[in-house]
Amino acid sequence: MLWQIDIYPKPGQPNRSGALVAGQAAELGLASGLQCIAAHGYLIEGDLNREQIQCIASDLLLDSVVEVARIGATSDPEMGRIFNPSPAGEHDAELAPATGTTGRNENPSHPWRLVHVLPKPGVMDPVAQSAESAIVDSLASDTSNRAPGHPRGAARGQAVKVRTFRKYWLADLQDGQLRTLAGKLLANDAIEQVILGPLLFDRLEVGSRYTFRKVIVPLRELDDAALAKQSKEGQLYLSLVEMKTIQAHFQELGRDPSDVELETIAQTWSEHCSHKTLTGRIAYRDEHGERQFENMLKETIFAATQELRRQWGEQDWCVSVFKDNAGVVRFDERFNVCFKVETHNHPSALEPYGGANTGLGGVIRDSLGTGLGAKPICSTDVFCFAPPDTPADSLPAGVLHPRRVMHGVVSGVRDYGNRMGIPTVNGAVYFDPRYLGNPLVYCGSVGLIPRDKSFKEPQPGDSIVAVGGRTGRDGIHGATFSSAELTTDSESISGGAVQIGNAITEKMVVDVVLEARDRELFNAITDCGAGGFSSSVGEMGEGIGAEVWLDRCPVKYEGLSYAEIWISEAQERMLLSVPADKCDELCALCASEGVEATVIGRFVPGGRLKLKFREHEVADLTMQFLHAGRPPVVRQAVYQPPAQRLFQWTPASTRDHNETLRRILGSPNVASKHWIIRQYDHEVQAGSVVKPLVGAANDGPSDAAVVRPVLGGHRGIAIACGMNPRYGDFDTYHMAASAIDEAIRNCLAVGADPGRIAILDNFCWGNTDQSETLGSLVRAAIACHDCAVRFGTPFISGKDSLNNEFRLNDGQGNTRSIAIPPSLLISAIGQVDDVRKCVTMDLKSPGNRLYIIGITGDEMGGSHAGLVRNLQGGSVPQVNVELARQIFAAVHAAMQAGLVRACHDLSEGGLAVAIAEMCFAGGLGASLSLENMPTALFGVQLTQREMDATLLFSESNSRFVCEVSQGNAAAFESLFAGAVPCRSLGYVTHGNRLEISGQTGAPCISALIDELKEAWKKPLDW
Amino acid sequence: MLIRACVLRAPGTNCDTETAYAFERAGARPDRVHVNRVLEAPGILDDYQILCLPGGFSYGDDIAAGRILGNQLRHHLADCLHEFTSAGKLILGICNGFQILIKSGVLLPFEADRKALATLTWNDSGRFTDRWVNLEVASSKSPFFAGIDRMYLPIAHAEGKFVPRHDETLRQLEARGQLVLRYRNDDNPNGAVADVAGLCDETGRVCGLMPHPERHIDPTQHPRWTRETMPAAGDGLRVFQNAVRFFG
Repeated sequence: MLWQIDIYPKPGQPNRSGALVAGQAAELGLASGLQCIAAHGYLIEGDLNREQIQCIASDLLLDSVVEVARIGATSDPEMGRIFNPSPAGEHDAELAPATGTTGRNENPSHPWRLVHVLPKPGVMDPVAQSAESAIVDSLASDTSNRAPGHPRGAARGQAVKVRTFRKYWLADLQDGQLRTLAGKLLANDAIEQVILGPLLFDRLEVGSRYTFRKVIVPLRELDDAALAKQSKEGQLYLSLVEMKTIQAHFQELGRDPSDVELETIAQTWSEHCSHKTLTGRIAYRDEHGERQFENMLKETIFAATQELRRQWGEQDWCVSVFKDNAGVVRFDERFNVCFKVETHNHPSALEPYGGANTGLGGVIRDSLGTGLGAKPICSTDVFCFAPPDTPADSLPAGVLHPRRVMHGVVSGVRDYGNRMGIPTVNGAVYFDPRYLGNPLVYCGSVGLIPRDKSFKEPQPGDSIVAVGGRTGRDGIHGATFSSAELTTDSESISGGAVQIGNAITEKMVVDVVLEARDRELFNAITDCGAGGFSSSVGEMGEGIGAEVWLDRCPVKYEGLSYAEIWISEAQERMLLSVPADKCDELCALCASEGVEATVIGRFVPGGRLKLKFREHEVADLTMQFLHAGRPPVVRQAVYQPPAQRLFQWTPASTRDHNETLRRILGSPNVASKHWIIRQYDHEVQAGSVVKPLVGAANDGPSDAAVVRPVLGGHRGIAIACGMNPRYGDFDTYHMAASAIDEAIRNCLAVGADPGRIAILDNFCWGNTDQSETLGSLVRAAIACHDCAVRFGTPFISGKDSLNNEFRLNDGQGNTRSIAIPPSLLISAIGQVDDVRKCVTMDLKSPGNRLYIIGITGDEMGGSHAGLVRNLQGGSVPQVNVELARQIFAAVHAAMQAGLVRACHDLSEGGLAVAIAEMCFAGGLGASLSLENMPTALFGVQLTQREMDATLLFSESNSRFVCEVSQGNAAAFESLFAGAVPCRSLGYVTHGNRLEISGQTGAPCISALIDELKEAWKKPLDW
Repeated sequence: MLIRACVLRAPGTNCDTETAYAFERAGARPDRVHVNRVLEAPGILDDYQILCLPGGFSYGDDIAAGRILGNQLRHHLADCLHEFTSAGKLILGICNGFQILIKSGVLLPFEADRKALATLTWNDSGRFTDRWVNLEVASSKSPFFAGIDRMYLPIAHAEGKFVPRHDETLRQLEARGQLVLRYRNDDNPNGAVADVAGLCDETGRVCGLMPHPERHIDPTQHPRWTRETMPAAGDGLRVFQNAVRFFG
């Protein structure tokens, strides 16, 4: 019997979801003044009578203080009457909300329309899963004195199936409008199905029996064209050279490969798993000549770290770099810390919520899969979107509106991070029209790991144990698959690149894995990410050999083939290498907390990867061929710097400067991100020292976050990032250098030790098959090498995501590609000896002096002044690493000596923006003069106004503003004697004004702090 | 006397470590205990004077915040918890723990029709919010807040809006001094009726609150510690010390 329970807000309670839909429909330009009543509900299938269903509703599903329920059987002839009361009809009084903007149909000639939205079968539905277990528990305790057992496990074997749905009543809409609204706002076709009108299901079951059939791919006799076709149609994405290498291998073996052998090779050799382009042979040419790389990443970024470690010798504080799931560095006597940042771009473009959700879930598993398991202690997120004010009617077909992408991505990170209990402490958002079809979502995870648990080593004979979520068709080939393969039902089953995470499953896994680690129950651990078991078993067993029994892997539903089980990318799974004598204890530990753990194979010496399904062998590959058989990728890369253009800007008056400042503060890159930050639990685990928002009203923009990973300790870590895609349009070398400088100085500004900062690279680029695109990347990688070595700041981990382009059709049969701008994110993890010496950016006391540290140059290229004034050209900021190091050392010394009351780095918008932010964060004013500013001016003769504009808004690197009390001024200045430029510019003032006078003493900024703050807070105050 | 605190965790509980730490700082000996251990052997609670349900997302807050674990307590542990409180012991629910205590009927017994007297539901904003709030202790009924007038603590929740079933419920709770903790003027982050941030039962010994006292134990946890003079301990520590002192 299939029952339906609809749950509405009780009369008098707000119609919150309905109002939200109406608001977002207006924001997206889909409908104004929309009337919407929203409800949610459950379809419950099982051998249940009406009394039991009523009990389930009132005991479990309904909050009777604020909600009302409607209950019926879907087979009930009266169903239409029960579930489809037009809100304007007989049930009006009960349903119409008393508050909120919607609820009453003011135009009775158009009836209310009903839309149901359901997750597609096979899509993760955590609420349905939980409801199934809880219903069983509820029934058992209601009808008998069942002994209390484990509630999650109790549902297995019981025949209760649940599907959740959302329900919308919309007034006054035509069919076309209704469909548009459903497609663009209420549902996402990638994971959800929309049903206009009532639900007409009679059963919920999915899945069908699987009949074993070994599939052999006749590869040996194929010609080139057929090989290419096989690669494409089999979604292997291998090049012809790679296909021919595989063909030759099997010709040598005298047999054809099975489907799963081919899949395994394709996954191991994929760009995602092997980073073959950037670790490949690249012939690079730029204005300095030619350079030949055998392995580009190894010779640039990895080489820098190796060089530093050699220099440091005994003092080396890197522990494990570029080999484990995250980079590991020394923290204190007991612990190391690890850090990894991943991207999840394409899934987030298709389904922003699920993409970001599983993006964060995935990188958290990287921490857990590092060494013998690190405890995730904080997360970061950086997003790149098209501007939120992009007109809705300008969107190409199939592209989600950037506002909707942003809403979805932020909710996805929020719901996963908050549920995991891992504070999301640092991030950034960049807007550029080129991210329209291809938004970027970077998620980072920091972990804490005991020093003696920082390395793993699977042993021959160990059992291979899968822990956590079950395997489904999720993520197979990143393509949607149809029900014909899985079930005889007509419903489609969604898998594909798009998944929804279940954070609680992962949280349970983290809890048991850390306990198992401390009890020393396993020798190695890794996560099942891209490539699923194929990748995790293949990598872990590379040095030994492995045998896997695919029929033993727990599956979400029946009908999966052995190949699907092997390559599924279902979430929330970890793989452990467990000594035979510890298996029972590990499985018992997992069971005690309701986590599924299953022995699925064994690491068998001999260097072969063997897959079995029941008694059938379906794959037998050598690890040697799998991991070393891939022919190298060979690419050409060219970089040609764009022609220099002058930055021509002649501001007319003070009013112009004020206006420029206001516009930069209100530009979305700079504007306050409190709407995002406050949705994240950034204080769970109680380690928060410097929060993302600081100052007198807890709302100023912090440069970096500081957390104490060990409660009661005083040692902290600082997390920050640096990125500026705008600079890449000028020169990717200087873009990369600037990003590194920014990440380091952000850490420094809160008190991190410049000698203990480690960084990560994340390259998101366009199509690197084009030599110019690859050239701009190689150039950035060379800058990474140079800066890392000179700063003494090692790269410890990194990741690349290539081919970020969006192909669009102009409607006249022409297609064109929009490539994202070169987007190098540098993430930094710094260390703070004593968090009680940390410094925040908000001004503290009137009368204190304000100093500028660093040199300001005529570097307006890519600046935000240029952006808001629509000006092109100029020189992009460069980094003088030798000078920067001295500056960083001096600033740190001043902080350690307790001489700095506030410190803020200068980045987008330069001095003017930095000082404005310090003022409104502190609720104080400032009075400054540009007269004494240390400058490196200038190649070109500038008028006085141009000069003032440059000093205010240039984005030269390695600069800070510091607030110092009068009493400490002399001591502070003495630390900057010599080559380190530091000048007092003025004072913190009482009151509400920022006054800056130019080099000749004439006023050039004069603004009310409250107005500047308003300009900064409002744009993204959603 | 060594005071032992059972910090109960379930799938999705995520403030158990820092809550246990807060009890330790207050002088108690805390254990983090999985709810499955208590369901298997409810007698293990006999060893403890304090039961604390910490924050998090028990069972994902699926269906509604605190609902599933609340039901487990009601179905399987109601007698055992009744015994615990009858013995003069203390139960504290923080954030999700408060939601669980409300939804289980442990804090406010259900009415004869098996319906709850009050709930904690979605914030007026409709979304999760992390921010600090000013609180005042509005009654001396609960030992957890003895000697405390005001506190500054963070909230971090999506479903923290207190709503009583009837106006009469609210009047009675107020008259009995059970509305122990309130958001101070204009600092109500979720639209809670009567600014209620925390509630206790008729004995005062079972208490729940939405704000997180365990996140304000040390001065450096305060959002403005770099600009204001801070006392040696954060406001939240007193709550845990009060619990320990109750038995001293």
